[in-house]
Amino acid sequence: MRRKLAPYLLILPGGLWLVLFLVVPLVFMASVSTQEGDVVYGFVQTFHLANYTDALVQYKTQFLRSVGYGLAGTVAAIALAYPVAYWIAFKGGSRKSTYLLLVLLPFFVSFVLRTVSWKFLLADDGILLQPLKDAGMLPADFHILATSVAVIGGLTYCYMPFMILPIYVALERVDPRVVEAAHDLYATPRESFTKIVLPLSLPGVFAGVLMTFVPMTSDYVNAAILGGPANTMIGNIIQTEYLTNNNYPVGAALSFTLMAVMLVGIFVYARALGTENVLEAAAR
Amino acid sequence: MTPPRDLAFLRGLTQRRGLPPNRGGDGVSRRDALRLAGLSAAAMGLAACGVQGKKVEPPKPSAAAGYWADKTKNGTLRFANWPLYIDKDGKKYPTLEKFTKETGIKVTYQEAIQDNSTWFGKIQPQLAAGQDIGYDLMVMTNGIQLTRAIALGYLVALDHEKLPNFAANAGAKYKNPTYDPDNTYTIPWQSGITGIAYNPKYVDGEIASIQELWNPKYKGKVGMLLDTQEIANFGLFALGIDPDKSTQADWEKAGQKLQQQRDAGLVRKYYENDYVDALVRGDIWICMAWSGDVFQQIAEGQDLKFVIPQEGGTIWTDNMCIPKTAQNPVDALAMMDYVYKPEVAAALAEYINYITPVPGAQQVVKADAAKASGEDKKSLELLASSPLIFPSESDLAKLRTYKTLTPAEEKVFERIFQPIAQG
Repeated sequence: MRRKLAPYLLILPGGLWLVLFLVVPLVFMASVSTQEGDVVYGFVQTFHLANYTDALVQYKTQFLRSVGYGLAGTVAAIALAYPVAYWIAFKGGSRKSTYLLLVLLPFFVSFVLRTVSWKFLLADDGILLQPLKDAGMLPADFHILATSVAVIGGLTYCYMPFMILPIYVALERVDPRVVEAAHDLYATPRESFTKIVLPLSLPGVFAGVLMTFVPMTSDYVNAAILGGPANTMIGNIIQTEYLTNNNYPVGAALSFTLMAVMLVGIFVYARALGTENVLEAAAR
Repeated sequence: MTPPRDLAFLRGLTQRRGLPPNRGGDGVSRRDALRLAGLSAAAMGLAACGVQGKKVEPPKPSAAAGYWADKTKNGTLRFANWPLYIDKDGKKYPTLEKFTKETGIKVTYQEAIQDNSTWFGKIQPQLAAGQDIGYDLMVMTNGIQLTRAIALGYLVALDHEKLPNFAANAGAKYKNPTYDPDNTYTIPWQSGITGIAYNPKYVDGEIASIQELWNPKYKGKVGMLLDTQEIANFGLFALGIDPDKSTQADWEKAGQKLQQQRDAGLVRKYYENDYVDALVRGDIWICMAWSGDVFQQIAEGQDLKFVIPQEGGTIWTDNMCIPKTAQNPVDALAMMDYVYKPEVAAALAEYINYITPVPGAQQVVKADAAKASGEDKKSLELLASSPLIFPSESDLAKLRTYKTLTPAEEKVFERIFQPIAQG
């Protein structure tokens, strides 16, 4: 009897934690998202579903932009992270853990501070652009800050380690003997990569996408610090609605819509890759 | 970011100064960026359970008299203020120590307030439940949170008979503000101005008009503030409208004016508070700015200029007020009055570098400057003569306060102006 109960007892603390701090607030927020009123006179539950449609109509641009930035950032992160992970996994030798530490090192510096330092690097007359402008390689009014390039770049940079690590773990698991076998069977290096290594590493890529696309899409720090007027993301809007306008219902409705959009996106993507991979990725 | 150089600058890092009234704690502080990680949790909690506020009739003056009738001095005071917003010498607070010596009231001083909206979120449930918030005196900016606190009956109506120094020494501009008629609930702690700052390295000649922010010469080099009330005020000024008297039709016109500025590609960015560095670096050449930010840069030797446009600029004020559950209201009142002594106000101004509500402090700072030597003398002289700290009468005449919006107006207002800054 006791043995049967043990697994349940073990998940009890974590389960309670999730119920208390995830499920309960979610239910509250779902309730808030259909309320009407204002902060002085109080909010009243009226099941006002128009909060959702109004918010979506008003902020569809920022929504689409956020998803676009999330996708662009994720693709850029894969392109940059895969070679790094590959190199560490196969060529890292005995120094693997050092390289992994280096990948994680930026996390030891505040996220905001790292983003702010980009601003100094990329300033219009800063250390990067001024010399190029002086040399006549760029027009005088060229700038990177306050463009979508800066925001997507910032997003990619911030979440890169979350892409490198899962891909690394997946590649690390690839049995070198399988690759050797491919060589023995006259596969070219290209074939052994595309037919053996890449498919085996896809669960890692999937996990990496989960861990980067979702936070990138809801990020608001990069847009606030590196973006311009035309780069506002949905995260910034939610923040403003909550903290500035104290318009909790609209903020909550936007959050739920964002959550739904991302869940749907992720499941479509999971289907495309095959459910087995999802389970495998989730099991990591 | 440039390394912190002095206390005023540090304070700048932690304190919001743009105070948009209507928006109280919103996105305008540099701190915001630093605070990003932790804040949403608080707001969620607030949203989930805290905000079932109910508007209460604010107490009448007679009720105020009744409140004060049975209150006595207790000899202790718990004071909540913003970081680096009082003179400090090592670990000591000279002004507070003098206050204790003169009145026998011991002060527990906490830099508890980082932001109007988070602060209001923190104290609101306790005040709604009639519980002590742990402080007898707090400082809040004129803005939506303060308006809410008044509307919800959270603040004690002040006994002005016990505020003789305020009556005698406060500048006319700081009395009877529209957000708190007759200073019923609040009196100012410090103020600041929203005007135009520019970098003479890129901008030729003197800037006088707000229209310069619409000058095609500065295409892509204009910085505006993100705060909707701030940009709305400037849109209204540009059309020659006093924000405080503006109507919805005026807002719509101002919205068009600002949209046109944005569509023309003039605006580089709508800044939360990081515009000063951008201005120094040359990312922007001309921008909306808060006086304290620019004064600190000038004091650091940066060549920047700050003007109050001829069409008008805004003045905002951080206010002292007493929560209705205060344990030591009489002691709080004593402190409120104490800082209106010119010599005390001068000591505060010398440290804080914002606008003191006591014009008489200027003479005291001048006298201090005459006594001082070397670096101290220079900085005190700069302070005493700075129109950013002691604005002239003609400057003050150009300044307007924010419009106090009702919750219903606020929604309309946001709908007009927010899409401009956050398109």
